[in-house]
Amino acid sequence: MGTTGTAGAPAETFNYGVVRQFTIATIFWGVVGMAVGVLIASQLIWPELNFNIPWLSYGRLRPLHTNGVIFAFGGSALFATSYYVVQRTCQVRLFSDKLAAFTFWGWQAVLVGAVITLPLGYTSSKEYAELEWPIDILITLVWVAYAIVFFGTIAKRRVRHIYVANWFFGSYILTIAILHIFNNLALPVSLWKSYSAYAGVQDAMVQWWYGHNAVGFFLTTSFLGMMYYFVPKQADRPIYSYRLSIVHFWALAFTYMWAGPHHLLYTSLPDWTQSLGMAFSLILLAPSWGGMINGIMTVSGAWHKLRTDPILKFLVVALSFYGMSTFEGSMMSIRTVNALSHYTDWTIGHVHSGALGWVAMITFGSMYYLIPRLYGRDSMARPDFINLHFWLATLGVVLYIASMWIAGVMQGLMWRATGEDGMLTYSFVEAVKSTYPFYVIRMIGGLFFLTGMGLMAWNTWLTVRGQPRVNPVVPLDSPDARAIPQSAVPASA
Amino acid sequence: MDALFLLLPISLLFVLGIGAAFWWAIFAGQFDDTRDAATAILDDDDQAHPGAH
Repeated sequence: MGTTGTAGAPAETFNYGVVRQFTIATIFWGVVGMAVGVLIASQLIWPELNFNIPWLSYGRLRPLHTNGVIFAFGGSALFATSYYVVQRTCQVRLFSDKLAAFTFWGWQAVLVGAVITLPLGYTSSKEYAELEWPIDILITLVWVAYAIVFFGTIAKRRVRHIYVANWFFGSYILTIAILHIFNNLALPVSLWKSYSAYAGVQDAMVQWWYGHNAVGFFLTTSFLGMMYYFVPKQADRPIYSYRLSIVHFWALAFTYMWAGPHHLLYTSLPDWTQSLGMAFSLILLAPSWGGMINGIMTVSGAWHKLRTDPILKFLVVALSFYGMSTFEGSMMSIRTVNALSHYTDWTIGHVHSGALGWVAMITFGSMYYLIPRLYGRDSMARPDFINLHFWLATLGVVLYIASMWIAGVMQGLMWRATGEDGMLTYSFVEAVKSTYPFYVIRMIGGLFFLTGMGLMAWNTWLTVRGQPRVNPVVPLDSPDARAIPQSAVPASA
Repeated sequence: MDALFLLLPISLLFVLGIGAAFWWAIFAGQFDDTRDAATAILDDDDQAHPGAH
């Protein structure tokens, strides 16, 4: 190791520094975001837990939880893994170290801004886009820098082929830029107050065009990028069908944009728009399941590894949840199902089946793969902790989603029940009261999941403490990479 | 539904962009050798080698 193809030039190394920063940030924000989640789940059981302090009230902490887990935990994980994957698969150092450093500090500034402003009550009231305009502008700047670093690295790659994971990461970066800018168009009236450029149902349509694609591109395509790299690497087997992965990508890219209206069924949105959203949501099932099967079948022939490899367990269970929640999502976007499920806790269960089961689990698996490599080790300090984390997380998700399914269906049935005289059978508060035990089960599930996250943080500390921060030399021995300099050398040389 | 006059063009532009990228990828030969593309990442040794530095 340590040789280069160009005599005299210093060896180019991978930029693992920014990957390490984002990795540690992922662990930190994971603990914070999930702890806030457990707190607000407890507030639904014991309302006294808001301590009569407005900053700690449910309405203000709930967006802090969603921003914390989606953009802080998930976002940092995506920065870390996309920077790692793009460097390894393109066999080249990141395009710009300074811009990469800016994305790290800029993104952390956004997150700290969220932690301060959301409890203070500054919100644009758009779900998953609550942050006010000054922070929105910073997000835009960070995102543009992110795009430059990512696509710049692709452009200067030394491998001819662009690995499929990079397509997924690339489309997520591009789409989130468009979605973020157009959804947050607003007229500021003061430093921390702005009014949306859209009004009424127009605003709702733009919001859920954004909202659903935030789920589709921030929480799905991007994490599929993670999946398409870390599952084959951890299983040490090529992806089951590379062709299917290509079809998976292009099918998702062409259809995902149109599913947003399924969040607005039975509203004043025009009927045909609702039907369009529903139809596209059903179509989405095909590429989603194609990708899920492709990921799981990658382990085919190496199933025995699941017995001993907790990292692979995380990745495969994540894929199972991806399949389950995409099926559930398509079903819930059917009007008649939606009539029962909408506004109930079923939706909360569905979201967490995706967020905990798919997004968090694929992140855990990828992080456990990544952390030892970033700190020059063979494996995590405590492999047994990974196994324990896996079971805590799995049990936590199951408790969470099962309780919310029951609660949601029950609420839906109670709200729609009418007597022979046409009057509602139950008052709203009766449904709330019946939900109470399920809120307790949900909180316990969340606590399991948070405990697992804490265990991961501890394990990470044990793994990275006192370790060298390695930045490996970019190898020049990939057949593809060798072919390029050779063709550039004159025949006489 | 005025919002659709904004959202549909954006989405269509996106699809057009994706279509152009797809076009480029096919004719640049990106998908010609899918077997090699799948195994290439496994040939890249990213395992840390403790003590080798």
